Order: sequence, then C-alpha cells, then structure tokens
Amino acid sequence: MKASVVIVDDHSLFRAGVRAELDGLVDVIGDASSVEEAVECVVRLEPDVVLLDVHMPGGGGLEVLRQVAEKRPAQRFLALSVSDAPEDVIAIIRAGARGYVTKTISGEELADAVRRIADGDAVFSPRLAGFVLDAFASVAGPVEVNDPELEQLTAREREVLRHIARGYLYKEIAARLNISTKTVEAHVSAVLRKLQLSSRHELSRWAVQRRLVD
Amino acid sequence: MSDAAPLPVRRDPSHGYLGGVCSGFANRVGIDPILIRIGFIAAVALGGVAIPLYALGWVLIPAEGPEKPAVQRLLTRSDTWLVAAGMGCLVASGLLLLRAWGFWFVSDQFLWPLVIAAAGGALIWRQSQTAPERVTSRARLPRQTVNRATAGAALVVGGALIFLYVNDALAPARDVVLPVLVMLVAFTIILAPWWIRLVRGLNDERAARIRSQERAEVAAHLHDSVLQTLALVQKRADDPREVAALARRQERELRAWLNGTRNDQNSLAGALEAAAEEVEADHHVPIEVVTVGDAPLEEPAAALVAAAREALVNASKFAGPEPISLYAEVADGRVEVFVRDRGPGFDVESVSHDRRGVRDSIVGRMERHGGRATVHSTPGHGTEVELVIEP
Repeated sequence: MKASVVIVDDHSLFRAGVRAELDGLVDVIGDASSVEEAVECVVRLEPDVVLLDVHMPGGGGLEVLRQVAEKRPAQRFLALSVSDAPEDVIAIIRAGARGYVTKTISGEELADAVRRIADGDAVFSPRLAGFVLDAFASVAGPVEVNDPELEQLTAREREVLRHIARGYLYKEIAARLNISTKTVEAHVSAVLRKLQLSSRHELSRWAVQRRLVD
Repeated sequence: MSDAAPLPVRRDPSHGYLGGVCSGFANRVGIDPILIRIGFIAAVALGGVAIPLYALGWVLIPAEGPEKPAVQRLLTRSDTWLVAAGMGCLVASGLLLLRAWGFWFVSDQFLWPLVIAAAGGALIWRQSQTAPERVTSRARLPRQTVNRATAGAALVVGGALIFLYVNDALAPARDVVLPVLVMLVAFTIILAPWWIRLVRGLNDERAARIRSQERAEVAAHLHDSVLQTLALVQKRADDPREVAALARRQERELRAWLNGTRNDQNSLAGALEAAAEEVEADHHVPIEVVTVGDAPLEEPAAALVAAAREALVNASKFAGPEPISLYAEVADGRVEVFVRDRGPGFDVESVSHDRRGVRDSIVGRMERHGGRATVHSTPGHGTEVELVIEP
C-alpha cells in the first residue's frame, strides 16, 4: 500500500511541484498553506506522513508540530525546507520531526524518504548528519550528565552518520559495514531519539557563533 | 627576557583609574588592587606624600598595553554619573590640597562653583565622547542621553551662576535678566507646538531615510546577484545543466549573504566550501559539502584543500552528472576529507601509473605534506578519495 501524505507549505507553486513529483509514488491526500489549515487537515485526514515546511507565517513548522502533537501524538513528520541553518534544522528535529531533507531533493528520493518515515524510521540528509555529528562533538566537554546513554553516540552510530554525511545510501552503508539495512535504520533511529531526548545538545556552539556574527 | 626572571612592575592603565600605578603594583604582588588603593589613600590622608610618589610612578614606570590619557579614560567610562561625581570630588580634593599647601590665592567662595561646574562638564564631555557609531545606529537619541547632557549643562550653568552670585556680579544683571526671562517664557509658549512638530517631522524623516537606505542596499545586492542570474537563466534556457549550475551558485551566494557568513577563506571549512563552489561553477556538477568541526588554514590543511579540489575536478570530469559528496571532519587535530562520486568507478589496481592527475596532484601532494591519500573504487559503485592528515 502506498503511504498517504499531506503537504504543508505556504508556497502554492512548491506544493503543486511536490504533488507532481510524488504522483504515483506515494498517495498525496491533501495539502495546506497555513498553520491552522495544516493542523485541521492533518487531524482530519490522519495521513501516514506530513511533509512539513519549516518556514511559514504564524509560527512555521514548529507551531504545526506543537499543535498536532496535542491531538495526534503519533503523527509522523518529515521536514522539508530551503533553510539549512543548523539551528532551524535541529530545532525541528528536536520538536519531533523524524527527518529533514532539503527542497532540492529529487522526487524519487523524497518518495523513498516518505516511505521510510511511514515505516517508523528516521531520514537524515548528509547535511543533517553533519549537523548532528557537530552537535554531539561540540558538547564533549565536562557537562553534568543525567543519562550517559543519551548524551553521546556509540562508535557504530558515529560510523553510520559519517557514511550518511559522505553521501552513502542506507543499503550501501549496510554493505560497507557488513550489517543489514534494518540495523542501519535502527542506528539512525537511535540517533534521532538521542537528539530529541538529550538535554545537552542545545547547540550552544552555533548560538555563540551566531551571536558573534550578529 | 626569560620566563623565570621576576616580573617587572608595569603600570596597568586598562584596569586602573588614573595611571594604573596601583593596579600595576597589585599585579606584580598578586593581590587585589583595591588593597593597594586603600593603602594609597591612607598614605594621602596621613601626609599627602603619596601623591608626588604616585606622580613619580606614573612618569617612571612603563605602561603595559595601550594607554589612553587618564582624563579621557575617566571621561569615557560607562558609569556616567559616577564619572561626574568623581570629577567633582577630584577637583574638590585638588583645590583643598592646593589650599592646604598654601597655594591658595583666592577666597573659599570659588570652591563649590568650580566643583559643580567640573562635575557638569564631565557629564557633557562624557556624552559627547560616546562612540559615534553607537549614536548613529539609533534612530534617535535615547532619553537618558539627553537627560544627562541637560543635567550636565544645568550643573555648569548653576556653577557659573553661583560663582557670579557670590561675587555680587549678578546685582546689576538682575534688572536686565528678568524682562528677558519673561519674554523667553512667552516665546517658548508660543513656539513650543511648532517646534515639537518640527522635531517629530525630523525624526520621521530620519527613520524613513534609514528605511530607504536599507531598501537601496538590498536592491543593490539583488540587482548584482539575483537579477543577473535570472537574466543568464533566461538566455541559457536551452541548457538545463547550465541553468541548474547557475541556480545552485546563486542559491549558495544568497544563502551566505542572508546568514551573514561569507566563506571564511582562512578556515579549512571555508576553503573547502570555496573550492567546491569554483569546481561546481567550472564543471556544472552539483557538489554537496558537509563539514564537521573546523581548523585554521595552515600548511598541511592548505595542501589538503588543493588535493580535495583536484579530487573534485576529477569526479566532475569522469563521474557524470550525479551529485558529488564532499565530507570533511576535524577532530583532535586529525583532518579527514572524503570526496565521493556516483560515477562508473574503476579498478584501482589496473590503472596504469601514467595517470599523473591522481598520482601527483593528490597522492603525491598529500605525502609531501605528511598526510596520505587513498582512492577506493569498484567498477559500478563510484569512487571515493580519502585524504587524511594525522596530528
């Protein structure tokens, strides 16, 4: 069965483009152009996956995530954005999105990502993998740790993320590391969980950098 | 001088109030400057001999770091009111000292007017010394600034009036001043509404000007970049690869502008980003750059950038239109760069040794700089060039 999808984006041209690209690959059952419309639409249609634009008037993707979570906590989101500012990306992942891809992604890859998210896995673009490695590396200093399990990546998880950042697909990573694709997916999901639950990765380093720039 | 030699005493003007003599001594002995200062003040109170000693120290002990004139430094401190009070106290103590030493040739009536005027003068001076960019960056002067300047002016005028009054110089002026004052009040009442409107109009006009300057700046940038690219895109509409490359270059440029992060050519990540941008512009194959960590662009790293660039060029030439991945990671001084393409790949063993590109410009270059380069490739599975510099 094809995964059902709702597209949330305030640019109608972009919604139409994504619809056309995903045609036949997944089942697009609705779209929305604002935060309120999106919340209403998602709660009513209960799609497998919501393709969510990060930047929208009225609070953006974060607001949609927050409001839908109250009514439908199990809803799965894939963030889709032109922004590749680390703080935007990490914020939307920490708020509950199960993956992040940029809008330049091809239709086929996007459909693949949607299917993966519908199956309950996580989708990391190379850039997101880089951000996550950076975030976990930059807080390596002595910080009070509540749950050491959550605060750092295992060697295997780092290896998988590095391969994603180097441009390898899940099945290529599986072949290179002599593990199954399912195991690769499990590692990525574990990283996602750490990113969402850990208290340390508030990305202080990027915050500091931005303050220096501003 | 060697590190073992005892530290010489240096004045520390950046932390001192006057010449930094006390804080210099405190640095040398390793205690809080406030203790030295208390001792100094005690010595002044006991006989005043500390003052010439301080002056001597100021003249003879060289300063550590940049030194601004003490008065200017005092006047540009941020705690303005303290500066005013301090300036008043300073003048008072100076005058009292002169009197105690017998250099006093006028009556005591001059003391307070001078003190008040000095404090006011310090306020006004402090206000006028505010860094100019801080003033111009605000649409209008903050109320506090105006208040301080007004208070300063009032103090100076008050000091002058008291001075005149105690010298009985005001008596003849009173007859003249009163009518003038009354007329002034009358004019103020008449002109105030008009004046307020004028000031408001000026403020509005200034805000509008700032807005239009910002708009002009954005417009200029869009004109130089985005409109140019759009024009090129229309001309090259029949060449999809060229159009895609144009769009990508423009996207990168605009993104950097929006984020306020122009590629920093002095960092490894910035240099890799720039190299990718150039190769992409030349060969029209998209390059996805991901960097984790960063390092300054010093010699082995610079060689690594050159090698990475060569690997990118090779991948662009031989690997077809699929995107190339460039991944760089810096951790604990170890730098690793991976350049990966999704092209046809080749059998590394079977490549003859006359392929100078890879041999010289990648492997050779890395080895000359103490690093190593490895090419991984299997026919049908793309190619990955691994560049490593160990710390």
